[in-house]
Amino acid sequence: MPPQRSSVRVQPLGDTALLAELGTRLDTALNTRAIALASALQKRRDVRRAVAGHGAVTVQFDPDQITHDALAAAIRRLARKRPPVEEPGRLHRIPVVYDGPDLEEVERRTGLSRQRVIELHGRPIYRVFLVGFVPGWAYLGSLPEELVLPRRSTPRTQVPAGSVGIAGPETGIYPLTSPGGWNLIGRTSVKLFLPDSDPPSLFRAGDRVKFFAAGE
Amino acid sequence: MTPALRVITPGLLTTIQDQGRPHAIASGVPPGGAMDRFAHSAANLLAWNDRSAATLECTMSGPRLVAERASVIAITGADFAPRLNGQEAPMWTSIVLAEGDELAFGGRRLGARAYIAVAGGIVGDRWLGSMSTNLMVGRGGMHGRALAAGDVIAAGEPLAEPPPGFATLDKTRRPDYGDRALHAIPGPHPREALFGATFRVSTDSNRMGYRLDGDALEGPDEEILSFALVAGTVQVPPDGRPILLMADHQTAGGYPVAAVVVSASMPAAAQLAPGDEVRFAEISIERALEIRAAQRAALDSLTISSM
Repeated sequence: MPPQRSSVRVQPLGDTALLAELGTRLDTALNTRAIALASALQKRRDVRRAVAGHGAVTVQFDPDQITHDALAAAIRRLARKRPPVEEPGRLHRIPVVYDGPDLEEVERRTGLSRQRVIELHGRPIYRVFLVGFVPGWAYLGSLPEELVLPRRSTPRTQVPAGSVGIAGPETGIYPLTSPGGWNLIGRTSVKLFLPDSDPPSLFRAGDRVKFFAAGE
Repeated sequence: MTPALRVITPGLLTTIQDQGRPHAIASGVPPGGAMDRFAHSAANLLAWNDRSAATLECTMSGPRLVAERASVIAITGADFAPRLNGQEAPMWTSIVLAEGDELAFGGRRLGARAYIAVAGGIVGDRWLGSMSTNLMVGRGGMHGRALAAGDVIAAGEPLAEPPPGFATLDKTRRPDYGDRALHAIPGPHPREALFGATFRVSTDSNRMGYRLDGDALEGPDEEILSFALVAGTVQVPPDGRPILLMADHQTAGGYPVAAVVVSASMPAAAQLAPGDEVRFAEISIERALEIRAAQRAALDSLTISSM
């Protein structure tokens, strides 16, 4: 069945922004459409910034150049277009030492052996759905269903930079030492936040990521 | 670029800010920039600058500064009782400083953030296209940190041709910083109890956002996939205590968005201090844009009269 292209829900985010919601599922096709819509909108003069989320686009615009209603109509027109065929994103191979503080808990809650958890986490080629939240953070999915777990009920106040976590259908790497509620299964030495580069993030939306188990 | 001001005492939290780095949000970097864009722009225009120049953002208290050279400055935003060589100094107007003049502040009378602009524009480290200080990653402005005693603040060369006269922004054309009702438009995940409730800005508040104390907002337990956020967003985490996102906000999130504060109310939001009461008043998009246009006309009046 071809993906449904007609439905987009456009709602105001204050007086100078709109949220264009294409769908609410974690889905590569949906995310591809969101990225294509954001890049089409970014070309408009009346749009200051269009940033794709998992399945929605946040559009900041200049209300002196266009009204909410006119921009919403333009978004609906653009969303109906077939998205261009996406070039495969850059592939990043990320070494992980699987010794995270929540690994035992993940084994217990999933009923899987450590070896199986590591194998499952390293199996998919993940898609970077969205870079955001904190500098360099990327939401990567989809996680194999066997590893889908809720976040920790009490977030940690300090998660070390480089920690690899899982939560819901996604996995991610903490780019900076920060508070966090994801289940930590390992760590990597790869730097995700590159403050001296522009853009300062290793990953970009649409990139692909593969994890592999590494020794110390 | 020459030394313009020397820092004797820095105040509680004084940082270099400009209009931020909005393009960096695609890398997860907060847009940053001055919290009160109206006061920031007005200070620049009154000091003969373009509104994109960097200024000092002084939080809750002001610094003590000595002029390293003659210059023109302007002080806007919160009223921290500014004093020039011991005498009360005017706000929202151009001030001439001679070398050795001392600018100091008494106490906080109204608001939370004052802005100081210097003719020629304050010069700091540029990171991702902006001189704004990002304290979380330690980049931009004064080497990514707040001002400290002994720092010397540099400014660009003032205009070769000084404008014909000094400008002042009349009180009636400034935002009402005493107004505790922020105009907002309901968001994609509205919470009925938001409008009409009174909240208090918690001490757990900073340039990233304000946590608001009050009755918890109830709502459906929705699974929302993270999307890009804008400043002014009122998001509701699972505990029901709303958070108002400000200039250094997280760039994406998946909490329900109950409302978004309109652009014309963001200057007043920037002037809220921990402990202040705040309410949200629903407004139409049309009315919000009218107030926005009036604020811009006020700033444009400075461009015309001083150029």
